[in-house]
Amino acid sequence: MTSATPQTLTFARAITEGLRSALESDPKVLVMGEDVGRNGGVFRVTDGLQKDFGEDRVVDTPLAESGIVGTAIGMALRGYRPVCEIQFDGFVFPAYDQITTQLAKMHYRSRGRLQVPVVIRIPYGGGIGAVEHHSESPEALFAHTPGLRVVSPSTPQDAYDMIRAAVASPDPVLFFEPKGRYWSKGEVATSPYPTVAAAGGADVLNRARVARQGSDVTLVAYGPTVATALKAADTLATEGTSAEVVDLRAISPLDVTAVAESVKRTGRCVVVHEAPTFLGSGAEVAARVSEECFYSLEAPVLRVGGFHAPYPVAKLEHEYLPSVDRVVDAVDRVLAH
Amino acid sequence: MPQTTTGEPDETPVEVPADVAPADVDPLVQLVSPTGERVVEPDNATYRSRVDHLTSEDLRALYRDMVLTRRFDDEATALQRQGELALYAQGRGQEAAQVGSAYALSPQDYVFPSYREHGVLQARGVDPVDRLRLYRGADHGGWDPAEHNVHLYTLVIGSHVLHATGYAMGVQRDGAVGTGDDARDAAVVTYFGDGATSQGDVSEALVFAAVNNAPVVFFLQNNQWAISEPTSRQSRVPLYLRGEGFGIPSVRVDGNDVLACYAVTAEALERARTGGGPTFVEAYTYRMGAHTTSDDPSRYRARAEEDHWARRDPIDRLAALLRAEDGWDDDWAAGIEREADALGERLRAEVRELGAPPTSAMFEHVYATDHAQVRSERAWFEQYENETHETTGAAR
Repeated sequence: MTSATPQTLTFARAITEGLRSALESDPKVLVMGEDVGRNGGVFRVTDGLQKDFGEDRVVDTPLAESGIVGTAIGMALRGYRPVCEIQFDGFVFPAYDQITTQLAKMHYRSRGRLQVPVVIRIPYGGGIGAVEHHSESPEALFAHTPGLRVVSPSTPQDAYDMIRAAVASPDPVLFFEPKGRYWSKGEVATSPYPTVAAAGGADVLNRARVARQGSDVTLVAYGPTVATALKAADTLATEGTSAEVVDLRAISPLDVTAVAESVKRTGRCVVVHEAPTFLGSGAEVAARVSEECFYSLEAPVLRVGGFHAPYPVAKLEHEYLPSVDRVVDAVDRVLAH
Repeated sequence: MPQTTTGEPDETPVEVPADVAPADVDPLVQLVSPTGERVVEPDNATYRSRVDHLTSEDLRALYRDMVLTRRFDDEATALQRQGELALYAQGRGQEAAQVGSAYALSPQDYVFPSYREHGVLQARGVDPVDRLRLYRGADHGGWDPAEHNVHLYTLVIGSHVLHATGYAMGVQRDGAVGTGDDARDAAVVTYFGDGATSQGDVSEALVFAAVNNAPVVFFLQNNQWAISEPTSRQSRVPLYLRGEGFGIPSVRVDGNDVLACYAVTAEALERARTGGGPTFVEAYTYRMGAHTTSDDPSRYRARAEEDHWARRDPIDRLAALLRAEDGWDDDWAAGIEREADALGERLRAEVRELGAPPTSAMFEHVYATDHAQVRSERAWFEQYENETHETTGAAR
């Protein structure tokens, strides 16, 4: 993609083009995973990349997630920048050991002598009528591990910008792709490929984004629930309530400053994510908001998210997932204070 | 595998209990017998040819590194007993496997050790004090991996075997395999133990290495014990057959025979560097010490077994070879003892000097770039420490 004028792309295609840009700009970038080559990935996110960049750079791996991440660490130690695809959220756990005990700690334990710029792409979240292990949201498990950056885009433009910054960043990045949003469309403008020095500190990996301005309540969301929050804000607007929507983009680091700045104005906060609320990233947001905004808060911070139950069968998932109605209900409750 | 007695010519054969790991297994590549004679058989001819060029100076250099490795082991164990190290993993008995294999490496080759490869680090030149920083509790690593192409110790069993395989896949992509340029072509060696062979990561590494034809040597030291569990709790087949099952050329070598370990590793490295892919080596050896200084082997293994293997001491074997081939000189040997004494003195002095890093080190290098969470917690902690100092007037 060479055009400087914005193009309308699907979310999935925006990631493809971001990966293509990374592969074109840096010969050390590799894409690896199950079915990412000839098949273009089960969601077609890597479609066409092996044809254009060859089997050595777009690598169909054996079906072994720990092996994918473990060998990616080794390639990173040799100077490469592997982008691993984990086929579905629920299949990341065989690699959990490599990610948390090895990838997250390599830079720290070597006192900065070793960098492991590995990106792990994980299609995550529900709402697509899938079978068991195909709809989960395990992001908090990784955000709880120091040494990892954990991000999740919500728009095609952010998907394009964030995947490129993640690949160029010297830190390992867990890149959670809201699979329910893969076929949503949006304008995507291209830009020069980021330098390594710029990528780590890039706003898209560190700073939240105000997706909609408002004055009565702050809705905090990321990834798939940004769309839910925006729809809820539309509904609330018809009821005369002005909701601000903050898209976190990153769960690690959490942009507490941006959230606090919003909540200090609105006095109310509702956090929305698909993952179970118990010890989820919303719990951290609520704790930080209570610390930073105590004298501005008009009501307790509420969370809307998954329940402390395994992800349910597809025929029940719409009752499990945070819906527009449940977000509006939570806003009604914080407004009742 | 047959149960055997030691049968050394100058000793009365000892009855060995049935559950003792046999010192003699078959097949086994052996170039020097336990009593120091060259083993000349038709089926070890190719390996013999790989040590033909080694002079008595080379053998002395191997001996020196093995002796210094053992002294390092003894000194580190003593330092732990004195409370100067948090822990130490002893390598006694594995000096031939480690030093011999490491001697076959070229400077551009890369090593991924587990946490007991003190002999490999000795042969690669990693500073002895640096080797103990981790065990001192003063560092999670301890040395610069780029300086000697030796990765840091990895404590999670088997994890680094995948890293080695991925590194080798990177070597392939760098075009540093099969060029015919000895200074360019590179290979990777990873060390792990019998317990690690049960880890999924090791099996996955064998899969990835095999299908990618990666230039990596899997150097398994079967030291018979994974803490308290004998190898019979890890496998029903000889471990070298694991490699065969993945389509990887595999060999079992006498891990207490330094020349045999050198020879099989040299062959495996040559295969890797020339594009022939991975090799699986099982060095059949014995952990003469404890698993670590926190372990008490008397709880789970018989003294008779330890005695049985003590008669197979790899350093004694090389000394016997040197004596048999007029490579031994008492003055030279005394010089090595003096060198070992100096190593001990240096370790005792310098390891004790390894203090706590500044508290700020907790927050450094968590990320390669600025991270708001780390930055804010570090700022809070520094302020907290300053206020505590002001209030109490005392050091932390």
